[in-house]
Amino acid sequence: MDLAYSPEEQAFRDEVRAFLAENLPDDMADAVKAGRDLGKETYDRWHAILNQRGWLAPNWPKEFGGCEWNAVQRHIFDEECSFAGTPRVVPFGLTMLGPVLQKFGSKQQQDRFLPRILSGEDWWCQGYSEPGAGSDLASLKTRAVRDGDHYVVNGQKTWTTLGQYANWIFCLVRTDPEVKHQEGISFLLIDMDTPGIEVRPIVLLDGTPEVNEVFFDNVRVPVGNLVGEENKGWTYAKYLLTHERTNIAQVGSSQAGLAAVKRMARAEMSGGRPLIENPHFAARLAQVEIDLMAMATTNLRIISQAAVGQAPGVEASMLKVKGTVIRQEINDLARRAAGPYALPFASEAVEGSNEPAAGAGPVSAQYFNNRKLSIFGGSNEIQRGIIAKVKLGGGK
Amino acid sequence: MNFDLTEERQMLQDTLRRYLADRYDTGVRNAILDSDTGFSAEIWAGLAELGVIGALFSEADGGFGGAGFDIAVVFEELGRAGVVEPMLDTAILGGGLVAALGNAEQKALVEDVIAGGAHLALAHGEPASRYDLNRVETTARTEADAIVLNGRKAVVANAEAAGHLIVSARESGAVDEPDGISLFLVPAGMAGVTLTGYPMFAGGRAAEVVLDDARLPASARLGAAGAAFPALETAVARAGVAMAAETLGAMHAATALTREYLLTRKQFGRPIGTFQALQHRFADMLIELEQAQSAVINAAGHLGEDAPRRDLHVASTRNLIGRVGRLVAEESIQMHGGIAMTQEYELAHIAKRIVMADHRFGDTDYHLERFIALSTAAA
Ligand SMILES: Cc1cc2nc3c(=O)[nH]c(=O)nc-3n(C[C@H](O)[C@H](O)[C@H](O)COP(=O)(O)OP(=O)(O)OC[C@H]3O[C@@H](n4cnc5c(N)ncnc54)[C@H](O)[C@@H]3O)c2cc1C
Ligand SMILES: Cc1cc2nc3c(=O)[nH]c(=O)nc-3n(C[C@H](O)[C@H](O)[C@H](O)COP(=O)(O)OP(=O)(O)OC[C@H]3O[C@@H](n4cnc5c(N)ncnc54)[C@H](O)[C@@H]3O)c2cc1C
Repeated sequence: MDLAYSPEEQAFRDEVRAFLAENLPDDMADAVKAGRDLGKETYDRWHAILNQRGWLAPNWPKEFGGCEWNAVQRHIFDEECSFAGTPRVVPFGLTMLGPVLQKFGSKQQQDRFLPRILSGEDWWCQGYSEPGAGSDLASLKTRAVRDGDHYVVNGQKTWTTLGQYANWIFCLVRTDPEVKHQEGISFLLIDMDTPGIEVRPIVLLDGTPEVNEVFFDNVRVPVGNLVGEENKGWTYAKYLLTHERTNIAQVGSSQAGLAAVKRMARAEMSGGRPLIENPHFAARLAQVEIDLMAMATTNLRIISQAAVGQAPGVEASMLKVKGTVIRQEINDLARRAAGPYALPFASEAVEGSNEPAAGAGPVSAQYFNNRKLSIFGGSNEIQRGIIAKVKLGGGK
Repeated sequence: MNFDLTEERQMLQDTLRRYLADRYDTGVRNAILDSDTGFSAEIWAGLAELGVIGALFSEADGGFGGAGFDIAVVFEELGRAGVVEPMLDTAILGGGLVAALGNAEQKALVEDVIAGGAHLALAHGEPASRYDLNRVETTARTEADAIVLNGRKAVVANAEAAGHLIVSARESGAVDEPDGISLFLVPAGMAGVTLTGYPMFAGGRAAEVVLDDARLPASARLGAAGAAFPALETAVARAGVAMAAETLGAMHAATALTREYLLTRKQFGRPIGTFQALQHRFADMLIELEQAQSAVINAAGHLGEDAPRRDLHVASTRNLIGRVGRLVAEESIQMHGGIAMTQEYELAHIAKRIVMADHRFGDTDYHLERFIALSTAAA
């Protein structure tokens, strides 16, 4: 075992760092570091910058235009991006749908959709959850009925993240209501411009319209947009979910978050001294940092084990639970560090006029918004259930 | 010993609970939150008429209560209903300080407060003071028979609505000395006082207040020069009881909503409350809620004692409430799943109230340190 980075890895890090120094616009980094809401334009701009360099799809094989980076390279890239303050790359097309199309999609689907994911022409969103089907995803009711060379889709999806920006949605739909839950589900690609689709925003508790409800009223979808076989959608959905979960560990953004808390705690005064010297705050900060250091290695260990393109199993659930809990702890520390300045709704209101709070950003909004981390992508309870089932027998 | 409320307090609790249940639903509150003032004049008048404000003042000050348990009863109900009206700022902090320090003329303001006609705000915290009550950089300079204030006050709740700000400023002493701090009654709209207002995350409004050569007559001082600190500590101890009780009320509301949800939300063909993973956590919430109830009783019951004992109980209560509050807010959201994350669902507001209460007059960590200091000193 050798924990030191090899000279090649170090060189890769330098290359990434130099690229970011040159190509990440200052206004973007500032907005990210202040924790501001990023609009579509910002995501698109960053997406295009990475695509230009050929660094948009770390996990895709080269034949599809990916980087085919190994686990350590991906980790280094993630770390550097987080420290530089890049926007996150919206995952729905790149890390979720992409791998599914590469493994299960038809040649036409691959040729048609994969390049458009890279170019940014298509913005994908994920249509899995429904009002009655959250954790129990397999009970979903949205119907797709075959009518000639089309499916006719009726039903409702919900919690669709950034669906307001999307022009395509990948959906799980029920194509056979007679069989056991998991067996009658298909995986369908739907153009959001098709007549009969309505998107309604849901405002979250921090005031952001981050998610949506999507309604389907007799929406006609060409049969060619079915991925893989009819009624086999559950297999593809599960494959996609394990990809979704590996990314949720987000070690890099935890590291950046922790660095931000430290910056705040150096500026914020408590009892006439910097908060970072307060023994209780310092102890809590240290505890999270210790957890994160181990987590970074757990993450590397798990992703190194998984062969390229093959998602890990129960370990993905472990990463998801631990990664989200740590990020939420960091959000809690940030909120506390801000002291009374956690109270204003938009800290921009006091930014500039108040030095200690200037670096604080909308800490309360982030704290509340990130409660979602332990709910979505398969809630932490569901993940623990998976771990226990596998380890106590009865599982794979 | 007797843990029952007196008849009067029981009546107060019942009437207030009924009034709020009838008038203060999620829709009404959301409309108030969206308004420019951040509170409703109509509800405020209603609360005054019910005697809710009077219950927070002693008979000597024109009210009919004012003890720890009166405060606890009122604020628990306000918290249960998620009321955003500035009862803490106007009545407990502003009104309490004028009642404690004011002369006969100044005390006329207390009558107005009780009648629902006046709003007040305490402008004490500063950008570098965090939760330390003794740290005051704002200065008060005497010039002939005028007083000149200079400094900056941070996150002053209810400042824009207040007819008077109660501003703390240092007349002598080092920046963190308790002695030398005075309080002044500063009329709204006075020259030299600039307010930059904003909404707060969990409702209500606050402002940054800049004092730039604000000139007052000497008669604006509350009490003797440089001697306001003990009264400030008392007002903040009373506020501590109020906030702990308010948070307790909000935790009751969050727990009730969660119970309802566990019983009705179905996944995998059965109510999610039948999953043991959630049952045990709900049970833990209930256990902690009982602890919180006791902690509020402890603080309320010791509010009349001498400062060190009183503050020991307030610190212990606020530390416990802070811990339980975080647990209840986070677990309630988690057990609700996505729906709890939506602005229009009742729990969203309640959870924000619970967590944000931790940022006024000392958070969980601050009160832990205060408890350690006070309990070591007492030993
Ligand atoms: C901000 C946000 C963004 C999202 N984005 C998307 C998106 O883009 N696309 C998409 O399709 N979905 C999305 N989701 C939906 C998300 O995947 C669901 O919220 C999640 O699956 C949980 O479902 P639910 O909210 O219906 O909660 P429920 O399933 O009703 O769960 C409620 C509670 O019960 C617990 N629970 C349920 N079953 C069990 C069990 N068997 N054992 C123990 N505990 C259990 C849960 O863990 C949770 O604590 C998003 C959600 C949020 C909050
Ligand atoms: C020091 C000591 C003194 C004792 N003194 C006496 C005595 O004087 N007289 C007497 O009669 N007995 C006595 N007991 C026995 C005691 O009451 C039992 O140990 C207790 O009832 C638990 O039973 P068990 O040890 O068989 O554990 P189990 O019942 O086998 O439990 C093992 C674990 O499984 C958990 N578990 C079991 N069922 C469930 C469930 N439905 N849901 C979730 N978790 C579950 C338990 O909580 C525990 O964590 C004593 C025990 C000890 C350790």
